[in-house]
Amino acid sequence: MARVVVDVMLKPEILDPQGKAVHGAFGRLGFDGVADVRQGKRFEITLDGEATEERVAEIRKAADTLLANPVIEDYTLHVEDAQ
Amino acid sequence: MKIGVVTFPGSLDDADARRAAAVAGAEPVALWHADADLHGVDAVVLPGGFSYGDYLRAGAISRFAPVMETIIKKAGEGLPVLGICNGFQVLCESHLLPGALIKNHHRKFLCKDQPLRIENNRTAWTSDYDANHEITIVLKNQDGSYVADEATLDRLEGEGRVVARYLGENPNGSYRDIAGISNERGNVVGLMPHPEHCVETLTGPTTDGLGFFTSVLKAVVAS
Repeated sequence: MARVVVDVMLKPEILDPQGKAVHGAFGRLGFDGVADVRQGKRFEITLDGEATEERVAEIRKAADTLLANPVIEDYTLHVEDAQ
Repeated sequence: MKIGVVTFPGSLDDADARRAAAVAGAEPVALWHADADLHGVDAVVLPGGFSYGDYLRAGAISRFAPVMETIIKKAGEGLPVLGICNGFQVLCESHLLPGALIKNHHRKFLCKDQPLRIENNRTAWTSDYDANHEITIVLKNQDGSYVADEATLDRLEGEGRVVARYLGENPNGSYRDIAGISNERGNVVGLMPHPEHCVETLTGPTTDGLGFFTSVLKAVVAS
C-alpha cells in the first residue's frame, strides 16, 4: 500500500486569521523570535495498492477540485511508502 | 411562482428563507441536497448555516451535492439563484461566482444589524431597490471575509457586479467592503448578510430584506 500526501496552504497574499491567532499564543507563552505563523491542512490518502502514475494523477485531480480551492490555496503532493 | 430553498445537512436558515418567500407572495418549496430534481421551481435560494460542518472549507462539500449539479446547469441557463451566507460560500466553491470567503479577520463569530448600500439594482434579486439604496439587515457569520485577486476585484467593480457593499466600519475584512456580488448575467447573486431574517418587524430590525424576494418575483414574471 502506498500513501499520497497532499499539503494545502493558503496563498501568501491571503490573510490567515488562524495562523495569526496561533502566532499570538506563541508570544503569550514566551516563545520568542517567531516572525509569522501560517496554518495549513495535510491530507494522508492511503491507496489500495501501488501508487501508479495513473492513480497519483487521479489524486492530483481530487486535490484540484476538492482538497484545495485554487482561488485561495496552493498545494503540494508527494507519495510516501505506508508502513 | 415557486421559490425553492435547498436544505443541506447543517443548513440553519432554510426555514426562514422559505418564510421570507411566502411573505413576499411566492410559494416556497423545500429542496433536498441529495435530490437532483428542482421540482419545477422558478428560482432557488441556497440558505445560511454550516453545511457539512464547514469541514474542509465552507461550502466545499455542499458544492458536490446532487442538487448542486442541477442548479449549476440551470443557473447557466438563467435560473435566478441567491446564495445567502453559507449559500454565498457554496456559489463561490461552485465557481458560479468568482473569489472566495475566508474567516473573519477578527476571528470571531459576528452577529449584528449591518447597514449596506445596494450598488447594483439591475440583478434578478435587487430590482425592487433604488440605485444606491441604503438598507440595514442582519449580518451573522464566521467565514464572511470576501477575497479575490486584484484583477477579479477590478473586473467586478468595472462591470458593476458589486451588488452590495458594507457601510461604516468593515465588519469582517472583506476586500473593498464587498457584501455581495453577481455573475455577469445578474441571475446569480451571493450575499453575506441575511435578508431572509429581515422581512417582518416582529423578528428583524427592519423589513429591508424583503426586496430580494419581491425582486425575483418580478424577474420571473417578466421573463
